[in-house]
Amino acid sequence: MSAPQQRRLIFAHIDEPGYTNDLACYVKHGGYEVMKKAFARKPEELIDEVKKSGLRGRGGAGFPCGVKWTLVDRKSGKPIYLIVNADESEPGTFKDRYIIHQDPHQLIEGTMISCFANNVKQAYIYIRGEMPHGARILEKAIQEARDANLVGKNILGSNYSCDIFVHRGAGAYICGEETGLIESLEGKRANPRIKPPFFPAVLGLYQCPTIVNNVETLCHVKHIADFGGEAYAKIGTPGNTGTRIYCVSGHVQRPGYYEFECGKITMGQLLNDVCGGPLPGRKFKAVIPGGSSAKILRFGERFKGKRKVGADMVDYDWGVEDVPMDFDSLGMIGTMGGSGGVIVMDDSVNMVEALANINAFYSHESCGQCTPCREGSLWMKKITTRMVHGEAREQDATLLKSVADQIPGRTICAFGEACSWPTQSFLAKFNDEFKGYPEAKKTAKPAGATPLI
Amino acid sequence: MTAPAKPADLVTVNIDGKDIAVPKGTNVIEAAKLVGVEIPHYCYHPKLSIVGNCRMCLIEMGMPAVDPATKAPIMDPATGKQKVNWIPRPQIGCGTNASPGLHIRTNTPMVKDCREGVTEMLLINHPLDCPICDQAGECKLQEHSTAYGRGYSRFIEQKNVKPKRTQLGPRVTLDDERCILCSRCIRFSKEIVKDDVLGFIDRGSYSTLTCYPGKQLENNYSLNTVDICPVGALTSTDFRFKMRVWFLKQTPSIDTESSVGVNTEVWSREGVLYRITPRRNDAVNDTWLADSGRMLYKQVKAADRLLAPSINGAATGAQMAIKAAGELLVGRTGPVRRDDDATSPAHRAGAPYLGSVAIVGSGRSSVEEQFLTKKLADAVKASVSLVSRVGQGDRLLISSDRNPNVRGALVTGLTTALPSQKLAGLAADIDAGKVTTVLSVGEDLTAAGLTTAQLAKVSIIYLGTHQNATSAAAKVVIPTLTVFEKSGTFVNQQFRLQKFAKAVPGPVDVADDLITLAELIAAAGGGIIPFELGVLWETLAAEVKPLAGLSYATLPATGHVLDAAPWAGLPFCEGETLHFKPAAVPAAANG
Repeated sequence: MSAPQQRRLIFAHIDEPGYTNDLACYVKHGGYEVMKKAFARKPEELIDEVKKSGLRGRGGAGFPCGVKWTLVDRKSGKPIYLIVNADESEPGTFKDRYIIHQDPHQLIEGTMISCFANNVKQAYIYIRGEMPHGARILEKAIQEARDANLVGKNILGSNYSCDIFVHRGAGAYICGEETGLIESLEGKRANPRIKPPFFPAVLGLYQCPTIVNNVETLCHVKHIADFGGEAYAKIGTPGNTGTRIYCVSGHVQRPGYYEFECGKITMGQLLNDVCGGPLPGRKFKAVIPGGSSAKILRFGERFKGKRKVGADMVDYDWGVEDVPMDFDSLGMIGTMGGSGGVIVMDDSVNMVEALANINAFYSHESCGQCTPCREGSLWMKKITTRMVHGEAREQDATLLKSVADQIPGRTICAFGEACSWPTQSFLAKFNDEFKGYPEAKKTAKPAGATPLI
Repeated sequence: MTAPAKPADLVTVNIDGKDIAVPKGTNVIEAAKLVGVEIPHYCYHPKLSIVGNCRMCLIEMGMPAVDPATKAPIMDPATGKQKVNWIPRPQIGCGTNASPGLHIRTNTPMVKDCREGVTEMLLINHPLDCPICDQAGECKLQEHSTAYGRGYSRFIEQKNVKPKRTQLGPRVTLDDERCILCSRCIRFSKEIVKDDVLGFIDRGSYSTLTCYPGKQLENNYSLNTVDICPVGALTSTDFRFKMRVWFLKQTPSIDTESSVGVNTEVWSREGVLYRITPRRNDAVNDTWLADSGRMLYKQVKAADRLLAPSINGAATGAQMAIKAAGELLVGRTGPVRRDDDATSPAHRAGAPYLGSVAIVGSGRSSVEEQFLTKKLADAVKASVSLVSRVGQGDRLLISSDRNPNVRGALVTGLTTALPSQKLAGLAADIDAGKVTTVLSVGEDLTAAGLTTAQLAKVSIIYLGTHQNATSAAAKVVIPTLTVFEKSGTFVNQQFRLQKFAKAVPGPVDVADDLITLAELIAAAGGGIIPFELGVLWETLAAEVKPLAGLSYATLPATGHVLDAAPWAGLPFCEGETLHFKPAAVPAAANG
């Protein structure tokens, strides 16, 4: 079975020759028409459309966007804020950046529709500190939209006013965690808040109800407002509606970003047919399907169980290649769709060294607030770093697993899971390599190999 | 079961199988305490905001199961009780509040595993230098490690290196390697003192507590950060390396700095004081104490301490001094003239007579001493005045009235008016020759506006702890005890009667203040008054109306609030402080 065609919704104009990121070009392609129509409708209707669409957040957790919007405290009398989470930092993910760079007005339109639907008077785009170019583009695009009265006071005579501000982060992965982001936006250290009581929907930015949505999610809102919720829900598969952008990186012939209907393509089709398969003379060894914190999959393993298809429960027996690339299927086999960052590793990769690299990242990015993640991430990094530098012990595998097991579920935010899942899954699936690493290290590295972390 | 109707704000929660009714919103750590279950914690502090960062208080939490559709309770056929839905992930006790039907388990394998996990994580980069650490013996990390530590380390990597022996301010020393990043000190500085100078720099396990560049932790409450530091990261520069805490005896006391009456704990060993820390009283000082109040113990061994009685500057015995003082108070010559006629021959001859004595009492004396001072004044028909001591209040735990016990003087009837800053009336009486003997209870008369010339005109009896201009000018000096060397009570600005106890013995030649006063009363012909505290309180309870029914022994550790109504009209000088709002005073009283 060959791969289905891409369905480019969000990325419709990305890399299109002649398409520029200015307002004129966007308007020429029908831009802001959806917003104009949406502003003529009742906000509740728009929220209803989003609920019907079944849209799930594209930032990583896959939380239903409509539900998130319903949880917002609208009775407090406090202003409601909307924050665009453009702190795309998950290793292996590079979709939001392209939207911001090449089609910023799509994001602004989606944001404005979402603001209108939720009666938001002020929105912030929190953009990752390492993306100064993107921040400049957004500033320019927002100014263009403001000049055209598409953003700001009394938009197009609708009596509705809403402004958008761009806020740059200072370079920390944890700022992508919504409550950490809010703290950072308030000018503090990005220490995630405890939930309860600080659910953003009730006590978010400046202790006011706040909606935090991913860039791609908000772009989808524009298309939902365009098609209608029910029509949008027909794209993709039930429970996993719409399209999904997969950012494929690593050892494939054609890495890049590809947009497909969610769940209509399998891992095998994506890697072999779309991305051209492994590099010459290599074999796929492992793949991380949803950004580096998702649990790794080992080629050759089988996943068996029952799943719901329509109203029936059906047996499934999948290899990695057979897994449909949607939230639920990936969740069923013990990993996650996450942010859509597919990281492919072939047989040239040593898993201990790969994990050492990932652990170095997470120990560097732990905010340091709560104990298990703060100490555990650095401990795991110290162990794996020591291992790759020639002092691996046989018991390190067991120790690593034991350390990793003490972290998830016990921390303030999901970083605990993010930093421990790689170690847990690498050890579960490549235990032999970890156990055998003291021996493996005796074979010398080829000349010119990249130095290890 | 017919349970009595509960007040609406109480909810029943179940902790380790025990039901308990607690006010709604009580956090689980406090609720568990009520049923005798300790939930270990580091970052949680009852008087600070909740951050939930140490993860030591993880517990299992469940709510009674209800049918989602009908809201009817789902019963467990095995037990006949409502089923409990346990949340699979552990929750933090400090951040979980009591709600109806909340179930908590603290004794399950998961909870144990969480505590052991957190303990191991906290210890891997900790220097484990308990043998040279001041906190040893009162260190939460040390305590919980014995309960939840594994006894050996699986950590073979290099420990993180951080700054040692940083002087955060004039009184606080920081060891960053010991810090477990609980952020209590940061929250205290920010939330309680509003002097937000502390913070973390760097990230992850390299996070380091530090002071804002160019600033110091130098506010008058900096040592509270040492108290609340659960480990030995913040230590008192003064107490550092002085004494192992397990050798120290704790005595409850009261801070004499101001009329707030902060409850304190005095730590001593073999008659030597080592430090003063706050004692929790939620109605007075919460868990805090000003740094200045902690330094007061130094007055005990001060170089200018009065250590022996003296007459005209020459050291003497206690009995001789009392006798000399008694003679000054009632006159040594023949039949005492009991008239005020300045023209009488006896007066013209310069013989003292009753009524020529003035007593300067003190708002720093205890209630008992003030009562005896009043008795003495009555015996010799002396006029009594008090000296006020007014400073700037800090709106927290130091009020503008720097006398700890002005209200005690009102309660005992030693005075009916508020003290004044200058003893103008006394000065005039001395100048007019009406007063020939002045007995000062620890007050420096020159500071109260009297000139050296005026002091020279009268015979001064000085009862005090330390030397000053008045003790130097006094005919008779009888040394007294500091608050740490005696027992008694003070009445603070809330009219709260609070007791303090003797922590260390006084200097060898110094008698108890109550004995001194009782002997002076006897010498002045005022009869025999009991000086033993318990017996004296029987007299107090009988004679002083506001104290009726009270006794020293049964006075609660957190004090007893007296009826302030008789003094409601007085223009007390205190402004707002923690747990105290000044009563509105009629405008007329202020004029």
